[in-house]
Amino acid sequence: MTAAFILICSLGFLLMFFVSYCRSLLATSSAEALSQEVRDVTGIVTTVAPEDFARVMQLLHLCPDRPEERGRIRTVSAYYGFLGVMRATIAAASPSLKSWADRERAQCGYFAAVVLGRRIAFSRDLLAQQMMP
Amino acid sequence: MLGPIQYVIWFLCTLLEAIVVVCAIRGKVFRRYIFLNIYMTAEVVASMVRFDILHRYGFQSSTYAYFYYYSDALLTILLFFALSSLYSDVFGELNAERYVQLGAVLLLAGTALFSFAVVQQSSSKLLTHFVFEISQNLYFVGLVLTYILWAAILKLRETRTRLIQLVLSLGVYFSLYAANYALRNLYPSVSSLFEWLNPLIGCFLPAAWSYAFWRLPEDARLAPAGLAVAQR
Repeated sequence: MTAAFILICSLGFLLMFFVSYCRSLLATSSAEALSQEVRDVTGIVTTVAPEDFARVMQLLHLCPDRPEERGRIRTVSAYYGFLGVMRATIAAASPSLKSWADRERAQCGYFAAVVLGRRIAFSRDLLAQQMMP
Repeated sequence: MLGPIQYVIWFLCTLLEAIVVVCAIRGKVFRRYIFLNIYMTAEVVASMVRFDILHRYGFQSSTYAYFYYYSDALLTILLFFALSSLYSDVFGELNAERYVQLGAVLLLAGTALFSFAVVQQSSSKLLTHFVFEISQNLYFVGLVLTYILWAAILKLRETRTRLIQLVLSLGVYFSLYAANYALRNLYPSVSSLFEWLNPLIGCFLPAAWSYAFWRLPEDARLAPAGLAVAQR
């Protein structure tokens, strides 16, 4: 009985903390503006669309990996996946929940674009170091 | 017997725990988050001793099982004090540190008594079952306390990004562990299935904390109201 109660409460708390934690990760990148270069590469003109995340992630995998970002990218990818499942299931019955999920998915896309910008700058620095005599 | 993947996860987890302490020292915040760092150091030491016992006596030995669960209970108590230090940090300006410490000790004693009462009624292996029960209950009490702390952060409009991420990651960690313990308690016949999840869950907290100490400056700020699931 106690274990069942603990299980139900834990799963509820897990959902709440996971969403808040992922939003705190997204918030750290939301203050950074996207460079023109990233906009050109990704085709993002004004705002990031909810579906842009997967495309930006594909571009991200083409750039040299930075180990310090791996954990955050994985967490945000999991969050994006969770939002996708939620959008397709529970949110289908609630328009406000659906639009919230879309806003969050767009934030994930923005996060990925910011990371892409950092990776492009990192690659350019690497190249510049190699070109130096 | 542990497989190579489990050894890799174990090693990775211990490495991440050591990285947390190194990042805290590098960022000159070791003393500021002293209880968090004591907990991480204790995790590294416990991990090394566990490995030594495993190497000497084997995975199936009672020595390893006893040490694993007893050290886990002690580490949970240490994590409980790390959480109370985060409380002191959030309520620091209200000069409520003494009350927080007293509350933490009372809650710890209450949880131990409750666990003992539960075990006394249902088990013949009193001490062994008590250690398992107190770990599960402390994870759950820790989870509730983390939720209260998160509510206080939102209410007090705490803006320190690092502190917010430390608390939120602790919340995720406590919920994962509490759910895992509860599942193992509910379905003891398939507990080995959930057992291998433990080291994976264990990697999350040091990974999140090392990120918080390494990448987030102490003066970074964000609006916590925007992070709540229900917008305020």
